[in-house]
Amino acid sequence: MNLDFSDDQKFLQEEARKFLEKEEALNRNRAVLETDNKFDEDLWKKIVDLGWTGIRIPEEYDGLGLGHLELCVIAEELGRFLAPVPFSSSVYLFTEAIINYGTDEIKEDILPKLVSGEIVGTLAVTEDLHAPTKNNINLSYANGKINGKKIAVPDAGVATHAVVVAKSNKGISLQLVDLSVTGVTTEHQENIDESRGHFSITFNDVETQLLGDEVSGWELYESLINQAAVLFSYEQIGGSQASLDMAINYAKERYAFGRPIGSYQAIKHKLADMYIALTLAKSNCYYAAWALSTDAADLPSASATARVSATKAYQLCSKENIQTHGGNGFTWEYDCHMFYRRSKLLSLNIGSLSNWREKLVTSLEQSNIN
Amino acid sequence: MDFNDTPEEAKFRKKCREWLEKNATYKDESTPQNDDFANANKMKAAKAWQKKKYDAGWAMLHWPKEYGGIGASSMERIIWANEEAKFDVPKGIFEIGLGMCGPVMMEYATEEQKERYLPPMAEGKEIWCQLFSEPSAGSDVAGLRSKAVQDGDKWIINGQKVWTSGAHFSDFGILVVRHDPNLEKHKGMTFFFVDMKSPGIEVKPIKQITGGSSFNEVYFTDVEIPDSQRLGEIGDGWKVAITTLMNERLAVGDAGGADVEDAFRWAKTQDNLGDPLLTNKAARESIADWYCEKSGLKNTKLRTMSALSRGDTPGPEASITKIVSAGKLQDIGNFGIDSLDMAGMLKTDNQDIKGFQNAWLGAPGMRIAGGTDEILRNIIAERVLGLPQDPRADKGVAFKDIPSGNS
Repeated sequence: MNLDFSDDQKFLQEEARKFLEKEEALNRNRAVLETDNKFDEDLWKKIVDLGWTGIRIPEEYDGLGLGHLELCVIAEELGRFLAPVPFSSSVYLFTEAIINYGTDEIKEDILPKLVSGEIVGTLAVTEDLHAPTKNNINLSYANGKINGKKIAVPDAGVATHAVVVAKSNKGISLQLVDLSVTGVTTEHQENIDESRGHFSITFNDVETQLLGDEVSGWELYESLINQAAVLFSYEQIGGSQASLDMAINYAKERYAFGRPIGSYQAIKHKLADMYIALTLAKSNCYYAAWALSTDAADLPSASATARVSATKAYQLCSKENIQTHGGNGFTWEYDCHMFYRRSKLLSLNIGSLSNWREKLVTSLEQSNIN
Repeated sequence: MDFNDTPEEAKFRKKCREWLEKNATYKDESTPQNDDFANANKMKAAKAWQKKKYDAGWAMLHWPKEYGGIGASSMERIIWANEEAKFDVPKGIFEIGLGMCGPVMMEYATEEQKERYLPPMAEGKEIWCQLFSEPSAGSDVAGLRSKAVQDGDKWIINGQKVWTSGAHFSDFGILVVRHDPNLEKHKGMTFFFVDMKSPGIEVKPIKQITGGSSFNEVYFTDVEIPDSQRLGEIGDGWKVAITTLMNERLAVGDAGGADVEDAFRWAKTQDNLGDPLLTNKAARESIADWYCEKSGLKNTKLRTMSALSRGDTPGPEASITKIVSAGKLQDIGNFGIDSLDMAGMLKTDNQDIKGFQNAWLGAPGMRIAGGTDEILRNIIAERVLGLPQDPRADKGVAFKDIPSGNS
């Protein structure tokens, strides 16, 4: 019985934490939030130099050839420090899509450039102000070209490539697109966490390369999301832990009515509830990490379980961290709001809490838990 | 990461299973378990099973050999418990003695007393109970008022204990009482063990909201206890009691009863306004959340076991178990009953409905026993998160001068 990371993986996590601390990732997040930059280019370059974008990329394509567990520990630290970089879009979604569905030719072309940082990727799905489904994808694919518009695409300002969910007369497909070509128009869309830019992308007769086939694209998308959910969950528990730590420290130092506010049970019980939610989420993440790393049959329910509990934990921890800080928590100056924003970004980027609960129950129906 | 036993663990598990298969039958999961020890046959069966385990060395694995154990590791205890739980064997009757009274005796009794009392405790021949809570001392156990007055080489006890599980069939009990109300609250207590057949002890069952009676009130009227049955020094009662309470918090784990699988199975077939309940969005969201809680607890336990298996001390994660499981139990009971609409009022022979109603009626007790939700949150906040204690009105004051309201 060993539901834990190895010593090497823990060492990697420790190194990642030291690096992000030294780089003052939290301050960088604030800087990005307060300027028109949509990510931190310098931090991203350093992350690329550390090899993190190639963790899962096989050595034959210049990557580190490590597993999902290594990615999980890095994700937790990126989440803890709110790193303002396109890591989730490029690594958990785009890179994994290329590894899983790319032809050898595509892999040879793309993967080494993801390692070197020449290519940054993202995933474009949503087209309108509601959740994407198999039935409301309208961006068209015909004769090797796509036409249409995607919205709320994270990190598309820095991305050089995207995986785009498209529809043809045969069905749904995943399309690999070079965003630098003529016919692609990327526009910034204001959003509630500007430390990570969100964009619309319009495609006008843009040539693409097909990933997988022309019929089962939606299933490929779902499977990609089920994997990525585990990694998003690790970012979420990292952010939850940081929010809880902030709240604990403040509750010990802030005095009201002659004593630390952390000595009042109203605050204690609030923080205990945050700890409980985080502990449940963390334990579910461990199991999901195992399921992801071994491609276990119950990955869909394991990842949905991690995702639902991590989303709940981060939402609770980030909002109650503000509440514990009182008026200070509502100021731009304190960091609380940056976690609150990121908790929302991470909970929406691959689908809302309510839709993940639905996915979880659907997977339970399919596997028949009793 | 893996879920495999180490070779040594696998060997031990095999040994456990082989013995269990020879001496017991596997549980039939479809029949609800009933541990009503007021029933004389049940009690006889429980004692017989404990004796069988004792004779074969399985009764108290982690105890030293001289008291009936084999000096097993924590991991081996867990493996044994996992395996035993798969079999249809009586349980629930010896836990308090073996889990709480045993460790205190082990630490504070004389060698002679240990040799006299521990083996029959392990063997199931003598049953023990714990006499701590009082009508005016619940979460604040140290507020207890039962009196001990020294008289030569014995003590005279007067007062009342409450919420004593199994007092009506226990042979001995551990008892903490106040020997001096002029001292500060935590300094005026002394700890004993007592023969439950002593003259002056009267046991009265408490009827619970479930209708059952697992607990008792225990009245002490001029009960004599020899000084040789004192555990720890005079005035060390609280220190000794804390050892026991720590063991209790480890022992009180998952609130058993209706769980998410039951809610899920029920919702698949139960009609709700013309459709199966499981098609209802609110029902689905609740089931998703309960499933996440249940998995979270299960995986937390696996993390604890991983640490033990490595020989490390587990983190504080397990402290969330009772809060989460007792609250979930109450909500699932409520969900099942509500699904019947007006008919949810009725008692029926349907096992699922019974399960939901029992959960709903029993869960309030689970949220209180072994530390209320609120006390457990305080413990997490203070011991795990490191928040400061509340200022207290009972520090540095003689016990008799502490405000006590009218209870």
